[in-house]
Amino acid sequence: MILLKNNTLFLWPSDRILVWVLRFCAVIAAMIVFLILLFLLNESIPVLKHVGMSRFFFDSTWSPTEGLYNLLPMLWGTLFAMVGSVLIATPLGIISALFCHFYAPKPIAHIYRQIIQLLAGIPSVVYGFWGLVVLIPLIGQIQPPGPSLLAGILILTIMILPTLALSADASLANVPSSYLKGSAALGLSRWATIRGVVLPAAKSGLFTGVILEIGRAIGETMAILMVCGNVVQTPKNIFEPMRTLTANIALEMAYALGDHRSALFVSGLILMLVITGLVICAEILSRKIIYD
Amino acid sequence: MNITTDSAYPWSPLEKRPACCEPKSFLEIKNLSLSYKGEKAFEGVNLDLYQGCITALVGPSGCGKTSFLTALNRLTDLISGCKLSGSIKLAGEDIQASSVDILALRRRVGMIFQKPNPFPLSIRKNILFPLREHGTTDKSEANAILERVLQQVGLWDEVKDRLRAPALSLSGGQQQRLCIARALALKPEVLLMDEPCSALDPISGGIVEDLITSLRGKYTILIVTHNLAQARRIADYTGLFWVRNHVGQLIEYGTVKEIFESPKEELTRAYIQGMRG
Amino acid sequence: MTKSSCRKERLVTSLIWLCVLLISAVFFWIFGEILWNGGSKLTFDFLTLAPKQAGRGGGIGPILISTLWIVGVAMAVSIPLGVGAAILLSEFKSSENIFILLIRRSLDVLAGVPSIVFGLFGNAFFCKTLGLGFSILSGGLTLACMVLPILIRSTEEGFRSVPEDYHLSAAALGLSRISTLWNLLLPAAVPGLIVGIVLGVGRAMAETAALIFTSGYVDRMPTSFLDSGRSLSIHIFDLSMNVSGGDPNAYRSAFVLMLILVLINALASFTANYFFKRRIITV
Repeated sequence: MILLKNNTLFLWPSDRILVWVLRFCAVIAAMIVFLILLFLLNESIPVLKHVGMSRFFFDSTWSPTEGLYNLLPMLWGTLFAMVGSVLIATPLGIISALFCHFYAPKPIAHIYRQIIQLLAGIPSVVYGFWGLVVLIPLIGQIQPPGPSLLAGILILTIMILPTLALSADASLANVPSSYLKGSAALGLSRWATIRGVVLPAAKSGLFTGVILEIGRAIGETMAILMVCGNVVQTPKNIFEPMRTLTANIALEMAYALGDHRSALFVSGLILMLVITGLVICAEILSRKIIYD
Repeated sequence: MNITTDSAYPWSPLEKRPACCEPKSFLEIKNLSLSYKGEKAFEGVNLDLYQGCITALVGPSGCGKTSFLTALNRLTDLISGCKLSGSIKLAGEDIQASSVDILALRRRVGMIFQKPNPFPLSIRKNILFPLREHGTTDKSEANAILERVLQQVGLWDEVKDRLRAPALSLSGGQQQRLCIARALALKPEVLLMDEPCSALDPISGGIVEDLITSLRGKYTILIVTHNLAQARRIADYTGLFWVRNHVGQLIEYGTVKEIFESPKEELTRAYIQGMRG
Repeated sequence: MTKSSCRKERLVTSLIWLCVLLISAVFFWIFGEILWNGGSKLTFDFLTLAPKQAGRGGGIGPILISTLWIVGVAMAVSIPLGVGAAILLSEFKSSENIFILLIRRSLDVLAGVPSIVFGLFGNAFFCKTLGLGFSILSGGLTLACMVLPILIRSTEEGFRSVPEDYHLSAAALGLSRISTLWNLLLPAAVPGLIVGIVLGVGRAMAETAALIFTSGYVDRMPTSFLDSGRSLSIHIFDLSMNVSGGDPNAYRSAFVLMLILVLINALASFTANYFFKRRIITV
């Protein structure tokens, strides 16, 4: 039984109906996640039954029409693209937020925030299109063919940077001003204040933001599908084309049947589990205050 | 309360207190005014702080005492729209000159705030980190300073076993003493204190007050307080701030004895007797 | 301050300005590219005509209509559900109740689910299990699941900004729960709700991956919700990846999409500001 804040208000029958309607809405909203998990599992079970989990890692290659299901090249592709973009985007995002709070004159900070907000609103397909017509020819000039891990990393970086910058901005805004005053009264320089006081105080917020960004980088599909070349192989350097798990689903879902389709749902299930893990991590981190 | 006829001060007479120093002025403030976005906070303040003495500023709230304090280490620079005029000389040096290294100035003129504001770091880092930033890179030297200042504020025995615990886990009074220790570690010459006891419970407030008294003679201290009895207990000199024509002014300034026992101004007499404010 | 720390300070400052300039440059590059190649050649006909030769010629008329329908379905389903759930979440004491906690956590996870996974789910559930096939309805329902967490979060924010006094004074007057909600809480929470709706529409407009195998590729004018319909974002994807010589129209479509999204964003921040100011004046 759920208790209302003011239990005494439970007098009118209409109130009871209302509460049941609200509960119904909330339950449906909460059910979606479980429905997603259920359907992913349901569709993956056939292939897991006759093929088994291990073949997704130890088959010679990914060629589902011939019954070969090695997901490893795609897993590596996703991992490389994610690590590369998060490594570049994290410092840039934090620097953006620091700039708005401590370095920029007010009007410039305002304009810069607007720019970041607009960047955050650009759809991934537009980023992908820009990568396709601008970035790939540029990379192709340095080292053909052009569509490559590098293009994927760069596009992902540009995509996750704005949201990271916005969340870092929010966590810096939460640093109490008394810390800043105290630091100024001790005669600490601006950079010393940032490094010694502001960043440690905002640490848990920043970590949470980064973890959620990792989730976005792993889950991104369209932009990376458009710039990475989509060759099933583990890239040996950043100029080689590759394929991510998400791009694989988007590319093959249209014609996949039977075990092949089922195998794609297995990769969806893997994505879902990884994301759930990351969200839980972020949740735990955002509650914990980290010292030293 | 029984008010005696000619003494302005209704309480028992002041006990003798050790001379803190020879009255040698260290911080000279001449005709200082401050306006915030065109509105004057205080104006025309002339005040000499004597080296090694404790000077208390009393007066009702909103009369510009805190603004006056922040002008002395140029924290006013952080507030946009703040304009300062007049001169402030620290040991003969004009602190408003553009050539002044503002970070070095703030090191020489430390400040303690009303609400304790330790950083969200460990206890030891709260002291070591500002030290390192001001160029004390030698570890053993820094640790020696850490122990010395914590001893000085009487915190060493309380925290020596948990120096790595978060500073925010300390009680309010301990936090305030940590803040004082943090300021002392930088070897300041002047300490500005903005009602350092008023956010604390009476017992911790008393401990911090005793600590301030123990600093007499070693630092030039300017303390803002609402608490007249406190000013009388710990200060050597006292100044009264008051709002006249919507602008804060220094009404009277003198030794504690003069202000509390034979004030020149009617306003001071009334305030001391508790009739106004 | 020591000499070396002064030099460090200057170095850090210039480094930060450099990074910011770099980011701004990339921003202007992207916007400029789309604006220059898409905006300058945009005509009114392009917005109304049907696409020809797989999109190389003609316009995006039916595609705009399909997009509108898909987003319409998504919002029509998600708004009532979202508002209901948001009221429940904000009006109950959350931390004390496992049921509420579970709902909250599952919404957190839902907000992080990649859009391609929504696509898989929509394909399996709406298209196959419910038998809706590749249709505007399947696509819209899939998007509804996707925007639900955004909608709930910002509506809840709106309800939370209602002062606790309202509840108490309403209780003191002996008002029923439902009339308190209708007359006091809902009006106060409207700004949060509007911001949520606008953000949700933006997210739905921008989505591609979840729609590829739920609403399908067909670029004809839809005649019913069970028809397959191509959204604007899928159109851009298809033109740039699968149609050689489709770039000019891809630029134009991208420009139209960005224009809509920028307008939506502006609307969101304007609404938030407007209501925020009004609330300060009336209180």
